Amino acid sequence: MSDPAVSPFANERALKRLRRRRAADRRFKWYGRMAIGFALAALALLLASITTQAMSAATYHVVTFNLDLEKETFGGLKPDDPPPVDKVYGLVRADLLAQFPETADNPVLRHDLTELITRLAVLPVSRDIVRNPRSVGTVREVELPLSDDLDLYLKGANARHLTVPIGRVSAEEKDGILTLTAEGAYKRLIAAVSLEGMLAPEALNTGSILMTAGQSTLKVSTLDPSRITGSLLTGNLQDFGTYPVRARLITSPESERTVSDQQIAWLLALKAEGRVSRVPHWSLLTHTDSTQPELAGALAAIMGSLLTLLVTASMAIPVGILASIYLEEFATRNRVTDLIEVNINNLAAVPSIVFGLLGAAVFLGAFGLPRSAPVVGGLVLALLILPVVIIASRTALKAVPQSIRDAALAIGASRMQTVFHHVLPLAAPGMLTGAILGMARALGETAPLLLIGMVAFVAEVPRSPTDEATALPVLIYSWATQAERAWEPMTGAVILILLAFLIAMNGVVVFLRRKFERRW
Amino acid sequence: MDGTLGNETTMEKGVLPDAPEASVRMSCRNIDVFYGEKQAIYDVSLQIADRSVTALIGPSGCGKSTFLRCLNRMNDTIEGCRVEGEIMMEGKDINSPAIDPVLLRSRVGMVFQKPNPFPKSIYENIAYGPRIHGLAQGREDMDEIVEKSLRRAGLWEEVKDRLNLAGTSLSGGQQQRLCIARAIAVRPEVILMDEPCSALDPIATARIEELIDELRKRYCIIIVTHSMQQAARVSQRTAFFHLGSLVEVGDTDQIFTSPRWSASRKVVRYLS
Repeated sequence: MSDPAVSPFANERALKRLRRRRAADRRFKWYGRMAIGFALAALALLLASITTQAMSAATYHVVTFNLDLEKETFGGLKPDDPPPVDKVYGLVRADLLAQFPETADNPVLRHDLTELITRLAVLPVSRDIVRNPRSVGTVREVELPLSDDLDLYLKGANARHLTVPIGRVSAEEKDGILTLTAEGAYKRLIAAVSLEGMLAPEALNTGSILMTAGQSTLKVSTLDPSRITGSLLTGNLQDFGTYPVRARLITSPESERTVSDQQIAWLLALKAEGRVSRVPHWSLLTHTDSTQPELAGALAAIMGSLLTLLVTASMAIPVGILASIYLEEFATRNRVTDLIEVNINNLAAVPSIVFGLLGAAVFLGAFGLPRSAPVVGGLVLALLILPVVIIASRTALKAVPQSIRDAALAIGASRMQTVFHHVLPLAAPGMLTGAILGMARALGETAPLLLIGMVAFVAEVPRSPTDEATALPVLIYSWATQAERAWEPMTGAVILILLAFLIAMNGVVVFLRRKFERRW
Repeated sequence: MDGTLGNETTMEKGVLPDAPEASVRMSCRNIDVFYGEKQAIYDVSLQIADRSVTALIGPSGCGKSTFLRCLNRMNDTIEGCRVEGEIMMEGKDINSPAIDPVLLRSRVGMVFQKPNPFPKSIYENIAYGPRIHGLAQGREDMDEIVEKSLRRAGLWEEVKDRLNLAGTSLSGGQQQRLCIARAIAVRPEVILMDEPCSALDPIATARIEELIDELRKRYCIIIVTHSMQQAARVSQRTAFFHLGSLVEVGDTDQIFTSPRWSASRKVVRYLS
């Protein structure tokens, strides 16, 4: 150190210190990368889990019916008449009963059979008949959604099962008991059963084995190396002699399932006939809520959310932007404005459910606005996001350099001209982002809407902000709390719809930002 | 207008010390400026001559920019800033409630330390002022104002083919001349310049100085500068500020050759 000619950075200690500093830089860079990687992984995991859950709701099974809309039954309908649901469903029922004569004198079986198609499944068709009376007098082909439990069975999500090809057998009947004789069938079955971790005799106690050939199905009662016996569930003996046989092993006992062996047999018969097909699940977007998962859709909730957001936007954005411009550009700083600022910041941190209580007390109680209406939901959400919009807008205004304001003021622009001609165009992208972020938050809010009654079951599409409605996140909440298995993929699908909305809103932000920024 | 002084002002002219030979455009008496509790300017009285350049010089933080900003009431925009004393222009105190600061600023233009063109086209930068003041009677009139302003600022030849380009895309010196053009487009009587060359290179500085010399034939110019040489080069009168007080004012030649006050003497000696 004493010699000025020797650089203080040339000695060993300095080099070591330099190495340590470089290592610290590198470490920090990697911490950052790890943090980003973690965030991305969490996002990917979330999206993957929701998508896999929702995948099976992307398609569903429908059964084709040819409905003979006779003039005597359906003639003379006026456009205002209620849809003839019972008459149409009668046709469906008659079709099914005729197809499966074994139900003829058994009311329990008849009931089970009609469970394949829910009564309300014919509602859209019935409405259409009222709207287009021209189809009366013709035979109309319609596709009706299969009941959710059977749909899940076909998708493999309900009553887990395993199919084993058996091949040709010879069949004979004695006293209602069918006996199948087949070389090697027993071995194949045993092999399959062992794979499932069960021994053959137990398989019959803990689950069911069904044998299908063509449109016929029998339920196995005894298994022997050379013979298989069982009773016919549907169809006839001849099929077993004609078509190759497949065995279906269902590993859970019938009493613990939501679909019976008999219903599976009917379903397999319809499928063998080619009347069951898997189609895209558009009704998820075109139907309103329903008690039956196969009929339910999110249209009412989508419309409800849109109307709510409309009310929210038309209140929160102008009020928020005006408030932020005033506070940032016009108000003098004193104790009152400080107090307002502190309270706006506090308001942003108030839990959303409190706003719901406020909405219920003020808008419903004091103002007497209608319950469950988007107008109330929109107002509550507007109050909720107002602080967010104000804070974001003020930040955007603060970011505009003072020199621009000085420049405008110095050539004699008034304060308002300065703000509206020069400051706002520069702050607009930031203010817009704040507004849309607030809207995105409003779109995802559930708690306040629950409290003002937007959790109601809504079967009609809301047309105006005062109609009864629900919203997408509330629909997710109510479907997620349903017991039936079929709601699970449906919930995932609605979550994806909600995410699509959010992505679309963010896309609008990016587009508008680009557009504004091109004007320097 | 055009520098003819009212009777009242002529009367004052005789009373105040250091009255310039030429007619007085602005006359300040006993100016005190406070930022909250802190006083930044102490009892400054100064007369500013028309059609000449007055330079305000002094060390950093001596209050010369603050004083400059009093002259078009730009201090109004600063929170907690208070101006006392009277600043007369055409017989009226510009701080009186009867004076509209917006109108005042169209008569007293300002050019800032850092070039601050609007993030709009060159044409728009110039046309904005005349438009809000309704100075143009249509498109052709406006084109003429833009051309004339750019010519006076010595920028026309450089930008005449690209008037639609962003003002911010010009070089620093060009941007500053654009700001001067923008200021003169609203036909002010006084132009305030707050260290207009401090962010520029020597060549751009020389151009601005030439421009100032040209402009003084039409306008009353008050320039704040750090550079004594610049003050010596462009100004006819110089006011020396120190710690918020005006310590010496007089013809530039006199200030730089025989300063009366010791601090200014020190500075002048240091520079030469």
